[in-house]
Amino acid sequence: MKRTLLTLSAVGLALYASLGAVLAHAQGATEYDQVEKGRYLSTLGDCAACHTAPGGKPFAGGVAINTPFGKLVAPNITPDDETGLGKWTFDDFQRVMSEGRGPGGYHLYGAMPYTAYTKVSEEDNRAIWTYLQTLDPVDHLVVANQLPFPFNQRFTLWGWNLLNFDKGEFEPNPEKSAEWNRGAYLVEGLGHCGTCHTPKNLIGGDKSSQFLEGSVVDDWYAPDITADPHKGIGAWSEQDLVDYLSTGKNRFDIASGPMAEEVEHSSQYWNEDDLRAVATYLKDGRNADAQAPTPLAAEDPRMVSGGEIYADRCAGCHTPNGAGVEGLFPRLADTALVNGDSAASLMRVVLAGSRAGATDAAPTAPSMPAFAWNLSDEEISNVLTFVRNTWGNAAAPVSPSDVAEMRETLEQH
Amino acid sequence: MPTKLPATDAVVVGLGWAGAIIANELVDEGLDVIGFERGPWRDTAKDFNIASVPDELRYNARQELMLRTAQNTCTMRNDVSQTALPMRSWGSFHPGNGTGGAGNHWAGITFRFQPEDFRLHSHLTERYGRQAVEAANLTLQDWGTDWEEMEPHYASFERVAGISGKAGNLNGTLQEGGNPFEGARSIEYPTPPLKQPYGPTLFAEAAREMGYHPFPVPSALVSEGYTNPLGVTMGPCTFCGFCTNYGCANYSKASAITTVLPALIRKPNFTAKTNCEVLRVTLDPSGTRATGIVYIDASGREWEQPAELVIVAAFTLENARLMLLSGVGEPYDPITQRGTTGRNYAYQTANSVQLFFDDKNFNPFIGAGAVGMGIDEFNNDNFDHTGLGFFGGGSIRVTPIGAAPIANRPVPPGTPTWGKEWKRATVDNYLSTMSIGCEASSYSQRGNYLSLDPNYSDRLGRPLLRMTFDFPENDLRMAQYCTDRVAEIARRMNPRQMVEKPMKGHWNSGPYQSSHVVGGFVMGSDPSVSSVNKYLQVWDVPNLFVVGASAFPQNPGYNPTGTVGALAYKAADAIRRLYLKHPGEMIA
Repeated sequence: MKRTLLTLSAVGLALYASLGAVLAHAQGATEYDQVEKGRYLSTLGDCAACHTAPGGKPFAGGVAINTPFGKLVAPNITPDDETGLGKWTFDDFQRVMSEGRGPGGYHLYGAMPYTAYTKVSEEDNRAIWTYLQTLDPVDHLVVANQLPFPFNQRFTLWGWNLLNFDKGEFEPNPEKSAEWNRGAYLVEGLGHCGTCHTPKNLIGGDKSSQFLEGSVVDDWYAPDITADPHKGIGAWSEQDLVDYLSTGKNRFDIASGPMAEEVEHSSQYWNEDDLRAVATYLKDGRNADAQAPTPLAAEDPRMVSGGEIYADRCAGCHTPNGAGVEGLFPRLADTALVNGDSAASLMRVVLAGSRAGATDAAPTAPSMPAFAWNLSDEEISNVLTFVRNTWGNAAAPVSPSDVAEMRETLEQH
Repeated sequence: MPTKLPATDAVVVGLGWAGAIIANELVDEGLDVIGFERGPWRDTAKDFNIASVPDELRYNARQELMLRTAQNTCTMRNDVSQTALPMRSWGSFHPGNGTGGAGNHWAGITFRFQPEDFRLHSHLTERYGRQAVEAANLTLQDWGTDWEEMEPHYASFERVAGISGKAGNLNGTLQEGGNPFEGARSIEYPTPPLKQPYGPTLFAEAAREMGYHPFPVPSALVSEGYTNPLGVTMGPCTFCGFCTNYGCANYSKASAITTVLPALIRKPNFTAKTNCEVLRVTLDPSGTRATGIVYIDASGREWEQPAELVIVAAFTLENARLMLLSGVGEPYDPITQRGTTGRNYAYQTANSVQLFFDDKNFNPFIGAGAVGMGIDEFNNDNFDHTGLGFFGGGSIRVTPIGAAPIANRPVPPGTPTWGKEWKRATVDNYLSTMSIGCEASSYSQRGNYLSLDPNYSDRLGRPLLRMTFDFPENDLRMAQYCTDRVAEIARRMNPRQMVEKPMKGHWNSGPYQSSHVVGGFVMGSDPSVSSVNKYLQVWDVPNLFVVGASAFPQNPGYNPTGTVGALAYKAADAIRRLYLKHPGEMIA
């Protein structure tokens, strides 16, 4: 079956190639290159994150995505005739990627990040499509739309698109280098970094003017990754970015939560050129001249109390001066990690603990223990306020009610 | 009848230090490897949470990390005239359980043995004459290997474990501040020595004034962030004092779970089967080829796992027992001295001097299993034994392990063991008491050996291992002599009172002494008195390797783990470089 599909797609491809007079290679080599390219691009795009359920068959769908409006489940994208994309054509796939519309014209929800994928070139989409055709077809029915009324009415998405969707393939900036443009293409397109890292408006669309300035997703804060030196990645070198994406750790930080999954499934497999391109582009991002706010006074009672808790409960691992231990205990001093607009991730890891991601290059997967059982809301808010306003850090204090709210949310999980 | 599984390239029995190291090396060679562990999968993140690890009742008193004696224990007696009785709770030593093995709850002291130790019988004969050596009434043996062969493997182990310390001899050149008695090292320690608490500092000052050469005790507790060659990262020791008998929550103490397994478990050609106890090694009818192992899973079902290569790397005691249960080699008979399986079991001779002061505050809760200062002037054959009436010696050192509140009650002799006076004496002495230890050699003798118990069996009906052991007269003399030397240093430190505790009398399995049980399946170059060759390959069963402290023919005055790690690398290197080129043959 797999073989037949492969051959069919190769024939289709060859037809396309001769018609477009673009590719005039021998079929075999073209097919191999195209499949390998598609495999790599699907890794770049981290398709598996949503389309492969943990423990499930590759790309057979089933991962639930919790949106503020309800639950969406990623569909089966294997070439199964009944439950997958078996009856689709490349044009159908291209329309999904570039327009967010399925065969027959129905609208997809924004959980499928077509607002980013629209920038992917048709050539790349064709490689991905070719690769998807090589997958084992899996008979696995997924009901994608599990939203409540009225959000389950797809026609409403027409209006959503009008407000939030800017269709069109990526256009290189001629004033920038090829590397920069490759980085922009990946970050804005297949990498769909903004899906998590860009703040959302009330109806879940990107606030485009605040591209990559950080957003809360699934009770994690996807931090600001603009070039802001205080709360973005401005203080990171290109190498720091490459290290982080390829191993999950660098001298500041270790990936955890959804970003750990991204590193484990996707960016650890990106090639060096693409990692460098992304780093070049992000380093050239906005907000490089942003000013840091003034930290809270050290005499503030919250700071005094927080400092004492830090010494007793945190300093053993994160070290008394907040320097941490590279690759094990994230640095807290003078680091963007703790200066974000939202303290959601900080509250979350203190309350519930967290285990960092593991890669072949950095297999340790260290963990932060949970403190929900022996630190009060006020103690957690004080220690986080202290950390966010000491050693060069400066950020809004965390209130006990913020912690209480997060505690309640986590208890419901 | 066990259900037969599809064959694999190699099985490794035990996922402690030795098993994890060898499995990783063989996996890197491209072999499909299945590792078996009788206990659970252990993992720092899941099992050793910093908020719950410092629990003295759970880990020290109730021994959570140790093997449950209901699952497996051993019987003990002092000599062949006695009937052995089973140990129903661990006292004298602490076998581990689960991945990481005893390496999870070890203290972390990581000496290399000295060059002379590997040819002890030859060395002593050359220096003191055949007659003197025979008069000692011991069964000392050479290891069949030498320093040049061992050194690179010590270096490999130290690099993977991030051992902290200060070299005393780098490539033959003595180094100020290190141990001048160590063999020539090819590398400096991977991380610098830990900072020293007050007790070790005072001891080192006194020792130095007396002309000795104190050095920081080499330690598997890293002193700074360290990423090993497998990419696994460790964090600096915080001197929390919950080390010996505990798992480390700070990723500071090297063990298989903090240095090897996180990398190994990711590799696609490795499988770990936990809560799976290996019952025996299976041999073909000729008895010269291992065909695999039989194990029992957590639900009580038996399975046969065929393999081309069988590595037995359990704890010392279980290595010997598995060989006895599998009929590998001839069981040792202390009367005829024939047979090698179970031969040359030895232990460690623990001595100390306790010092009570009035005017010192040691803050003894600041500690770690392996932080301290030591001297080696009275260890092994570093001093002239002519006319002393014994051989051997000990590592003299101050290593405050952390004075946890239940077990640590340093009160002078004569204090009541309960009540108001006992509490008052604790308050008076807790902060101002320290101890100098002397971890001394244990030399094998004819009557000390391991065998299967004729009376007691485990839950599956298999005989328990029987330990027949008592301290040789040689070792008791050595203990008194070395403790006297310790007392001289103690006196110079001018305590209010000091109490000498040399090892005396018969071995008692009750009080904890040391988990350094060694021998029983020893290495050597003569198959009539050893079980494995210098590559840890079983004589006459070329595809079976038995690795661990079970291979030590006798125990020097050092902790064994560094040498266990080195032997694991040595065996793995021999398999990779030599055995796999001629599988099924003894390595020439």
